[in-house]
Amino acid sequence: MSDIRTTPTPPTTPPTPPAPTRATPPTGDAPDPLTYDGPVGPMNGDRGMSEQTEEVVAVDDLRPSMSATDDERIIVRDLNIYYGDFLAVQGVDMDIEPRSVTALIGPSGCGKSTFLRSLNRMHEVIDGAHVKGSVRLHGLDLYGPGVDPVAVRRKVGMVFQRPNPFPTMSIADNVLAGKRLNSKRIKKDEAEDLVEKSLRGANLWNEVKDRLAKPGSSLSGGQQQRLCIARAIAVEPDVLLMDEPCSALDPISTLAIEALMNELKQTYTIVIVTHNMQQAGRVSDRTAFFSIDGAGQPGHVVEMDDTTTIFSNPREQATVDYVTGRFG
Amino acid sequence: MSIATAERPTAVPPSPNSSMVHGTLGRGLHIGIGLGAVALGALSWVPQGAPNWARWIVVGIVAYCIGIYTASRRIEGKRRATDRFVTAVVTCAFGVVAFPLVSVVWTVVSKGAARFDTEFFTSDMRSVVGEGGGISHAIVGTILVTLVAAIMSVPLGVFTAVYLVEYGGKSRLAKAITAMVDVMTGIPSIVAGLFAYALFVLAFGPGTRSGLAGAVALAVLMTPVVVRSSEEMLRLIPNELREASLALGVPKWKTVTKVVIPTAISGIITGVTLAVARVIGETAPLLVTAGLAQGMNKNPLDGRMTTLPVFIYYQYVQPGLPPEAGQDRAWTAALVLILMVIVLFVLARILSTILKPKGLR
Repeated sequence: MSDIRTTPTPPTTPPTPPAPTRATPPTGDAPDPLTYDGPVGPMNGDRGMSEQTEEVVAVDDLRPSMSATDDERIIVRDLNIYYGDFLAVQGVDMDIEPRSVTALIGPSGCGKSTFLRSLNRMHEVIDGAHVKGSVRLHGLDLYGPGVDPVAVRRKVGMVFQRPNPFPTMSIADNVLAGKRLNSKRIKKDEAEDLVEKSLRGANLWNEVKDRLAKPGSSLSGGQQQRLCIARAIAVEPDVLLMDEPCSALDPISTLAIEALMNELKQTYTIVIVTHNMQQAGRVSDRTAFFSIDGAGQPGHVVEMDDTTTIFSNPREQATVDYVTGRFG
Repeated sequence: MSIATAERPTAVPPSPNSSMVHGTLGRGLHIGIGLGAVALGALSWVPQGAPNWARWIVVGIVAYCIGIYTASRRIEGKRRATDRFVTAVVTCAFGVVAFPLVSVVWTVVSKGAARFDTEFFTSDMRSVVGEGGGISHAIVGTILVTLVAAIMSVPLGVFTAVYLVEYGGKSRLAKAITAMVDVMTGIPSIVAGLFAYALFVLAFGPGTRSGLAGAVALAVLMTPVVVRSSEEMLRLIPNELREASLALGVPKWKTVTKVVIPTAISGIITGVTLAVARVIGETAPLLVTAGLAQGMNKNPLDGRMTTLPVFIYYQYVQPGLPPEAGQDRAWTAALVLILMVIVLFVLARILSTILKPKGLR
């Protein structure tokens, strides 16, 4: 989003952003780019409008370089996630550090994926699924009133367990899908640039540059998964959620994706669900261990800490048992 | 050591592998059983003199199935015998079903060839009593009525299917619509015709007949078929694709129009073709709504309009003088109708192959 920042405001330290002259959210936070009727922010606004909205500070400008602040973290507070009446995940409090990899580990059915999907409001796509509590990104509660789930998903991208390129589209069209389907007309050369940039970002460019017009499903599984990552980063999100992105891939492709994650974390906040503890150890900076007390019980976070701590010296006995393979 | 070997002592010495070895029913024996069955079937009518085809076929099939099972049971063992038996039954059933089809096609082609000439396709029936005449008006009428019916029912049907699959979920409205569609599928075509007739009488006065009324009747018959088939096709689209699109921040309606429907389009086209094929041969509803005209009528909004099935019906019940001329016209018109359906299927096949998502099997 940095290309559309409107004012070259020097990095400001929240919680004292430049006071907008227009209707300000009561919290005094940055203008909500995700609300329907809020100020015209970088997300719901036409890019051409940005000149008229100089008082609106693009979200990125609130980022002091590299040092994490509360405003950049994804702050999850008291999050209860439901499927209908069934409480699937209970009471999650979590701070997710920006520009790092956070791994979610735990036994099957403990709600890792459910929690992950609640971070970009994909959870509610399922009939009857809903959430109580708050997930704050850039100071804005993603579950607050007036927040458009569609806009949230443009900021928080997602990669799924099984590679799912659109079968009707070519490789290039798959990458552009997010932009095109959001009814943004893009010029041909811009589109080509974006395709190259995104595919390079996903370490796929050299493998597919000669066959961009071929269908996306003609690639191998690992390439398809990287295509899906390219597709996700082409919409320029801040956060990338990955739901077991390597579980359908062979070790070589897994290695490629893990290397890619290491690069991507320079730019994006990455949250990954994985069943592979070696993978969590290799790629992540922080790890959260989810568990469940029994069938029908809600899942919860047992502990969250730096990955090295979780794997070497965790606080909870349950974590020790899980990471050493004595349980689950 | 298996029970089979114990029961059937053979030259093969009993060994731990004997249960894996079995005999094979030779090709010669297989043909012999087939010929024997045919002969046995012939025996069933020869004493009475005149050939009885039905008895010949039935006795032959039964004899073949029993014969192949018994022989295989003795030589190959129980499991293979069952396999042979089921194969025989399925093959015979296929033959029984295919026979009438081939017979119909052969009859229509051989009898329809007589009038398959230029005059038949270029002239209509105006002031034709005996020989000559043609079906240009009926071909145009069939195409117009079916086209108008498709224009009405395809969007309605596809949109209904999209609602049911993408938006309805388990809501009461969706359940009610599904039930209504099921009921509509079962509506007798004459009832649909009477409905359309009554509708147009209410609107335009008694005795109104037009191509449009016929198209409405056909649309009533076509819509549920389109809904059903499109619904099936949309349900086949994996949820992962919808989620992939939604996760990119694509609004739901765009996901449906740009991802789900394009992926399902080839199946939807096939379903629509089947629906058109179902109604293109309808006679009863068009008899009451569109009626019969002797000449060309290209305006579906006004006046009677002949369609091929109705034409065939009238050529059969009122063949004129000499009657052979009318009957020949009926056969050739039937041939043309079949050809139209075939052309439609070929077109749909080509179109759906072009639009099929590449890379999907």
